[in-house]
Amino acid sequence: MTDTALPLRRPSGRGATPKPRLRGNGKKYLLTAVGVLILAVMLFPVYWMINISLQPAGPAIEAAWFPIHAQFNGYVQAFQDQAGNLVTSLLVALGSVIISLVIATPAAYALAQFKVRGVNALLFGILISQMIPGIVVANALYAAYNDLGLLNSIPGLILADSTAGIPFAILIMRAFMLNIPTSIIEAAKVDGAGNFRAFRSIVLPISVNSLITAGLFTFLFTWSDFLFALTLTTTQDVQPITLGIYQYIGTFTSDWSTVMAAAVMASIPAIVLLLAAQKFIAAGATGGAVK
Amino acid sequence: MKLERLFQLLFLVPAAVYLLLFFGFPVVKNVIMSFQAYTTTTFYTGEAPWVGLQNYVKVLGSQLFGTALLNTALFTIGSIVGQFAIGLLFALFFRRNFPLSGVLRSLLLLPWLLPLIVSSAVWKWILDQDSGVLNQFLGGVGIGPVPWLTSPSVALITVILVNIWIGIPFNTTILYGGLQDIPEELYEAGSLDGATGWKAFRHITWPMLRPVVSVVLVLGVVYTVKVLDIILGLTNGGPANATQTIATQSYDLSFKQFDFGSGAALSNILIVISALFAIVYLRLNRKAVDD
Repeated sequence: MTDTALPLRRPSGRGATPKPRLRGNGKKYLLTAVGVLILAVMLFPVYWMINISLQPAGPAIEAAWFPIHAQFNGYVQAFQDQAGNLVTSLLVALGSVIISLVIATPAAYALAQFKVRGVNALLFGILISQMIPGIVVANALYAAYNDLGLLNSIPGLILADSTAGIPFAILIMRAFMLNIPTSIIEAAKVDGAGNFRAFRSIVLPISVNSLITAGLFTFLFTWSDFLFALTLTTTQDVQPITLGIYQYIGTFTSDWSTVMAAAVMASIPAIVLLLAAQKFIAAGATGGAVK
Repeated sequence: MKLERLFQLLFLVPAAVYLLLFFGFPVVKNVIMSFQAYTTTTFYTGEAPWVGLQNYVKVLGSQLFGTALLNTALFTIGSIVGQFAIGLLFALFFRRNFPLSGVLRSLLLLPWLLPLIVSSAVWKWILDQDSGVLNQFLGGVGIGPVPWLTSPSVALITVILVNIWIGIPFNTTILYGGLQDIPEELYEAGSLDGATGWKAFRHITWPMLRPVVSVVLVLGVVYTVKVLDIILGLTNGGPANATQTIATQSYDLSFKQFDFGSGAALSNILIVISALFAIVYLRLNRKAVDD
């Protein structure tokens, strides 16, 4: 619906200019073959993860190259160990998506459309925030969370993990909202809509694609978080899947099919989003970083 | 009109408060902690005695600091050079329109979307000296088992190679986006003057791509300097501190040795390093701030 009127800036959307035509089909398919080869090398680790996860449990001196005798013991064991951690990761990621969108959307709108003092200061703050190492934030938050009783808590992790989502969400939605013609919003105001109503009934509906992009990336960032999981939890009670995997590989392990099964489970959001939400992922990959 | 302005500022307040609490406060708190003896005792007694520059003296004077600083530099430069060079090659390759190029390019994003700890776990098993598939493969062509992660003289190179693998998709995507923005007419005009192939790249592509290149490189440095997940997952900083960087060393001081003061001091040095690059980054983003 609206995405044809205001397309997201994405790499494939910009290929309006015709590319140089290649001479002959043979050369064309040679390039495709090279492309497939590049991809095969780049994605081999992902293949290997899935292959090992399907191998029989136990130490294997030489793993088979193909999971011919596929077994799911690894998954059964990984699920037994990590089911609770997967739920924790899911709750933290969903919580962070909600918090990030609630905080970032109005800010992105203001940064894109308002000419108030404070706008530049905030934008400056966001750019600066990208330079602050996570370990600095973790160091200080550990002390503060200890006083506030937020260690080993889901709300504590949600708030800390949003340090990745919020600046990114603001930047990517702002980039989109810069393209909303001011006249549309002015027209709504002439019709008697206040700032808030113009935001809710005009800006939000046209920006829904950029909200989805921001939300999906916030989910992935939070789901992948390792540093805050490692530093802001001290017990087994609240433990995201990333920490579960780290503990698997930290201790000597001979049961790699279980470790890889857990890794596959932790990769599901990335794989699903890449296949199902391709256009949003492509938009996020370029949009937020360059602007 | 004044009321309107005040109302507009309300859109910025939640984001501003969040940035202050989760980026501003940690930086200030970290600076304060770095002048204190901040240990586990502090959490029970609530007292963190001032020790002046003692933490900095300890951290800078330790033998490990030189190692960590050198490793950080090598890790950052090695990763950036590798990611950028291969990313640029891939971007140029995918720019040639061939069947499936779009699909292949988007699948290439997968390594970038996976949780870093998942990538670490998979690579750790691929690189295992005795049972890893890489040595299995190399053994087949007569290359003896390489101690990828267990030898102090190889481990840093291995960690850099894995980090290059992780960074390639991001570099490819951003650079591909930059290439798409170069008008086709330039190449058409260039080819009339005999600028094709390498000449076209030197005189048209590279100059036109320069702004994107700067952003990619600076962002790359800022993100790579603070990397923790990959190193902790693959080697935990070992063997014999061969892959210890300032970030991992700072984590170790705070969360393994519970010497938060020294950890804060070291991570502040990391901020200073990031800040030097931040200045470059902000120069490049001056335009975005001025808008």
